Amino acid sequence: MASTGIWTFANPYNFMRLSERLLPPVAIAAATVFAVGLAWSLFFTPDDYQQGLTVKILFIHVPAAILAINTYMVMVVASLIGLIRSHPVSHLVAKSCAPIGAAFTVIAIATGALWGKPMWGAWWVWDARLTSVLVLLFFYMGYMALWEAIEDPVKAAELSAILCLFGSVFAFLSRYAVMIWNTLHQGTSVGVTAGGALHDSFFYPLAVMILAHYLLFIALLLLGVRTEIMARRARSLRLRESFG
Amino acid sequence: MRTLFLRDVTLALRLGGGAGQSLGFFLIAVSLIAFGVGPEPERLEAVAPGALWVFAMLACLLSLDRLFQADYEDGSLDLIALGPAPLETAALAKAAAHWATTGLPLTLAAPLLAPLLSLPLEAAPVLVLSLALGAPALSLIGAVGAALTVGVRRGGLLLSVLVLPLYIPTLIFGALAVRAAAEGFDPWPSLALTGAVSLGALALAPFAAAAALRANLS
Repeated sequence: MASTGIWTFANPYNFMRLSERLLPPVAIAAATVFAVGLAWSLFFTPDDYQQGLTVKILFIHVPAAILAINTYMVMVVASLIGLIRSHPVSHLVAKSCAPIGAAFTVIAIATGALWGKPMWGAWWVWDARLTSVLVLLFFYMGYMALWEAIEDPVKAAELSAILCLFGSVFAFLSRYAVMIWNTLHQGTSVGVTAGGALHDSFFYPLAVMILAHYLLFIALLLLGVRTEIMARRARSLRLRESFG
Repeated sequence: MRTLFLRDVTLALRLGGGAGQSLGFFLIAVSLIAFGVGPEPERLEAVAPGALWVFAMLACLLSLDRLFQADYEDGSLDLIALGPAPLETAALAKAAAHWATTGLPLTLAAPLLAPLLSLPLEAAPVLVLSLALGAPALSLIGAVGAALTVGVRRGGLLLSVLVLPLYIPTLIFGALAVRAAAEGFDPWPSLALTGAVSLGALALAPFAAAAALRANLS
């Protein structure tokens, strides 16, 4: 292997070899940390003196929201590398990020609604944070739709990367636009744990859950990219068969 | 670039589609809001700034799908790409032509429709100004979406899913300016931001659209 770093993995075979070894330990680690984190956060944390049992939703909600945003960042970086260096595996990383990120976004929104109903008395409020997460979901949806619509995988990869990079500018802009839009009109909205740091008895299980979500993300991403590469191979075999 | 711009404007006008249909859509959609919400002026006034902006945006969007597609299908796009002018200028010229045939007429027609939704008279100039500043962004961002989907047949719905999220900042700032004016606040900060989005789109969109066209033509 002459080249080093991530460029080695522009060759799908190198990526497949490494990911084959990485996937089982990461998946097992994700499952273990999830089990520990869930048990700890659900059964061994005290109820909040104001929120009661509902506080436990946050152990899923907060990590899912963090991952929803960070998956988008990974997608942008992967698209950038894919576009500049014609890095095929990087394109596939970006592609595999989208459904994972969209799933985390939906989980964040759904758990947020479940938490918001007893806390705020409404499933949904047009709060700046909620709205920007919803907008993030739109961006994931558009990105996935473009991949679906274009048949030629090379074109689809390039075009989706262009959309992702161009879109990211507007995604960040939307985030700030939403903040201005909301503060001007709605006045104070209900703050989420604003003021007062998280008590240790909540902080440590939450940290474990965040770690668990990150491990899950890595495992799903590896699995997704492997599936994409295999699907690509199956496609070229099929084409060779029918035209060969 | 000028040639391409004039050609596109002429084509849009001669085909009879272009400006007239966008305006017709705008008028119908605005009156549909009244049917949906009810005729009470207070209610209409509350939704007027948002509704006018959303419909102007949709009217822009609906005329986007043919922006590059006709030229892509009959091969003129290949010629344009081979020609002396870089594809970036071609994309810019096309976006400008789109703006001249939809954005500009919508901007000019908006104050005439504003009374239909009981928008206060003092907000009308701000409405025109906000559309004048924001509509170029709609055409420019839309050009990127049209360039991305040029190879997709029946890509209208796909185009909306791609482009509408990108329109969010423009819509927020534009509608915010009109709302501020209608409620007696200072609209200038929002107007400045609307213009800023357009300038940003002007800097980015031609390159993104040209990159997308190149990927599609290869």
